[in-house]
Amino acid sequence: MTDQLSRVFAALADPTRRDLVARLASDGEASVGDLAAPYPVSVQAVSKHLKVLEDAGLVSRGEGGQRRPVRLEAEVFDLMTRWIERYRREAEERYSRLDAVLAELSDDQSVKQSVEQSIEQSIEQERGAS
Amino acid sequence: MSTLHPSQGTKHETGIVADPAIPVITITREFDAPPAAVFRAHVDPELFARWCGPRTIDMRIDHWDARTGGAWRYTAIREGEEIARFFGSFHEVREPDRIVQTFTYEGGGDGVSLETLRLEELPGGRTRLTGVSVVDTLELRDLIMASGMEVGVVEGYERLDELLGE
Repeated sequence: MTDQLSRVFAALADPTRRDLVARLASDGEASVGDLAAPYPVSVQAVSKHLKVLEDAGLVSRGEGGQRRPVRLEAEVFDLMTRWIERYRREAEERYSRLDAVLAELSDDQSVKQSVEQSIEQSIEQERGAS
Repeated sequence: MSTLHPSQGTKHETGIVADPAIPVITITREFDAPPAAVFRAHVDPELFARWCGPRTIDMRIDHWDARTGGAWRYTAIREGEEIARFFGSFHEVREPDRIVQTFTYEGGGDGVSLETLRLEELPGGRTRLTGVSVVDTLELRDLIMASGMEVGVVEGYERLDELLGE
């Protein structure tokens, strides 16, 4: 799971590869020649980039000799977005709890104690405990 | 693509960006409270313990000195059992808009995250929080995010247990 994600992130750490993926995302599939055309690098260099993307599972190559089309593998993207979404949701849960604490703070007029004091207190308690 | 925008229709969704090229996680969130209050909820140990961990987990604050040059340490406890320890330093605490701290999961190797929290005042006594976490490798960043996933999975199963127990 994490291994595949690491490969995906490593594959996407290069701007040319990110651009290739973005173009495949809008065009669906394309030949290596078409994909290579806009870049100021050789077709071989683009082929190498595509190989990295393929090893990460981000693209696949169709059957059929020289003009095998390159396709984007949507499931791998789903995997990555699901994984980020999970982390995001966890942060969101934490901040919802913070919302509740903040709501209480604004209601509670008796909260006059300064942060400095509560830090001092916690350090005092710690000394007492050890 | 690795950016998830806050979805429409909810009041304050957390936004998150995991850059594919650099080992950074950026979180954004807005609050219906002024920066001073959000700041306080991050530096007052009693308040912090009330929101920082999952509901099923108690955070025992073992050391807390939220001042520039200070340090912190806390233990996550579930049903009386210690399940994880975390520690770090308060590199800079500047009221009311900036907290820079380090974060280490004890027993998880030498990984350390540098966390910079920025609080911006918004109109109407509100606040925008931006948190940037930087680690030294993409692998560690991915591990941090994946570990969040594990917690989610564990909690999901726990909820399922409760459901099945009814």
